[in-house]
Amino acid sequence: MTSPATGPSFLRSRHLEFKVIGVLLVLLTVIFPVLNAHGVISDFTLTLWGKYLCYALLALSVDILWGYTGLLSLGQALFFSLGGYMLGMHLMLLIGPLGSYAKAGQNPAGLPDFMVFLGHTFLPAFWRPFYSFGFAALMVFVLPGAVALIFGFLAFRSRIKGVYFSILTQALTYAASILFFRNALLMGGNNGFTDFKLILGHSLVDKDTGPATMRGLFIASAVAVLVVCAFCHWLNGTKFGLVRQAIRDGENRVLFSGYATAHFKLFVFVVAAMIAAVGGALFVPQAGIINPDQMTPAKSIEAVVWVAVGGRGTLIGPIIGAIAINALRSWATHAYPDSWLIILGAIFLVVVLFLPGGIVSLPAKLQAFWQRRRKSSVPEPTPLQVEPENPKS
Amino acid sequence: MPHPLLTVEDVSKTYDGFKAITKLTFYLFEGELRTVIGPNGAGKSTFFDLITGRAQPDVGKIEFGNHDLTQLNEYEINRLGIGRKFQTPSVYTEHTVWDNLVLSLKGPRGVFASLFQRLSSTDHDRLDELLKLIRLDAKRHWKAGLLAHGEKQWLEIGMLLAAEPKVLLVDEPAAGMTDEETHRTGELLISLAGKHSIIVIEHDMAFVRQIARDNNVTVLHQGSVLCEGKFEEVQSNPKVREVYLGRGKHGNR
Repeated sequence: MTSPATGPSFLRSRHLEFKVIGVLLVLLTVIFPVLNAHGVISDFTLTLWGKYLCYALLALSVDILWGYTGLLSLGQALFFSLGGYMLGMHLMLLIGPLGSYAKAGQNPAGLPDFMVFLGHTFLPAFWRPFYSFGFAALMVFVLPGAVALIFGFLAFRSRIKGVYFSILTQALTYAASILFFRNALLMGGNNGFTDFKLILGHSLVDKDTGPATMRGLFIASAVAVLVVCAFCHWLNGTKFGLVRQAIRDGENRVLFSGYATAHFKLFVFVVAAMIAAVGGALFVPQAGIINPDQMTPAKSIEAVVWVAVGGRGTLIGPIIGAIAINALRSWATHAYPDSWLIILGAIFLVVVLFLPGGIVSLPAKLQAFWQRRRKSSVPEPTPLQVEPENPKS
Repeated sequence: MPHPLLTVEDVSKTYDGFKAITKLTFYLFEGELRTVIGPNGAGKSTFFDLITGRAQPDVGKIEFGNHDLTQLNEYEINRLGIGRKFQTPSVYTEHTVWDNLVLSLKGPRGVFASLFQRLSSTDHDRLDELLKLIRLDAKRHWKAGLLAHGEKQWLEIGMLLAAEPKVLLVDEPAAGMTDEETHRTGELLISLAGKHSIIVIEHDMAFVRQIARDNNVTVLHQGSVLCEGKFEEVQSNPKVREVYLGRGKHGNR
């Protein structure tokens, strides 16, 4: 976490961090699509980075719960997937006459292919509003938010804390994945949604116009990360931000200071769910698929690893962690396909044991290391701790 | 007799068969500074837990003004004006001294209020005044976790005062303090009495003698009140001497 700063310097570094994120993301938003349009960066790489940015949103949602509020949720992939499914429903309906069954003349109602396969002849009522992009976009926020609200209300009202909360969130996402695996839910079963063709009138697959659509999605993802960071930055500067971190460090004191801590935690939990959902919704058209595999507990735990590796309790840490680990995965699954999980586990262990503050704490660690080395060359005993003495009056 | 501010009548609390509090009756009056003493396990901290809503009594009445405290939870009771300082100093270690006080300042406590609340200039003055009172003026930008033990105790007292409570419940404020800090804490509590009503739980007899002066001391023993009175009366009470004062390390400081 943050080093023990003894002054307003902590505040300054918070603003500096946000400026760094802002500059990097704006550069990313401009440079990647431009280079891609000129053929310097391949379409594959652009889409890959677009997906990393969606993962960064998932990581941010883990971080505002775990890093800032002390709530370790192992179920954030559920909200990511729910967001993805909500937009996915709209994309499935857009396939219409372009689907395989329709081309074979076996799908007059324009149903998603998996429904035709299951023998349905008309669209279930709950699918119909998803013809509207606006409705689907709204549901990206509403459904995950509502699930988080109900679950969070019950959990926080019963004062479920710490590891019990983590286990419950894991159980929630596991239960949801089982539910979504069922064909009877009419959400595509274990295959989920795939084979998307269009979004907002733009082709996702066309050889000529597809890359431009992907550039648009990439830009949307980068902007979403920027907006979420700006929101979190603002939140951290409010009294709400203070209360939230106080809950992390001493919930009892907050409770006995007149704050209904459950309400604060519920608010954060719902906001985090919505942030993850936005990531999922942007992920689906870029990845071209969403299925229940995305909401298994393992996916949520992976996101926690990204945050731990990047540096929790910071805004830039989760972004770095999500991009670094996923870039490493893209490389390792090609180079050493059998060893990826071992590599990931090893990284996690190394970070937990030697770098508890994550990658973002590395510069400060190195600086301290160099200072120690410089001092130890002088034959003087080195002070062990920079902690200020208690001046006895 | 004036109407008590805080009424605790015939309260009992049992934890897994252990009688922590048995038929306890206790009244606190406006502006009073009351010291509660008693050997370990006498039920002093449970007594505070019951008043502040952390625990509910099995039977009995706990009232503050017209409010039945047994029906309210921790934050509702705090909002009525009952502040509690814990035995081990509990401050927000990752926040600065200043932010610790900002969080405790009297004002709205809701989620949405906290999103848009700004400190007024009156708030700033109040915080400055508090920082001087608890002598942490020079360390306002320090992280609270870096303060010495005694300073954390003072900060927590400052946090209580920031909320401008009617009743202060102070659990072992002098623990871990030097003799001089202890004395200053005593002076502070004495100066607060009158404006606030205070209950202090304490072990340190020199400290109790200092703050008790002409105030009442309540002795708890096995979960109920053994005796109540001025410090000298209590000290010379043979029952008290038997269970507490005459024995062991606490008696002769």
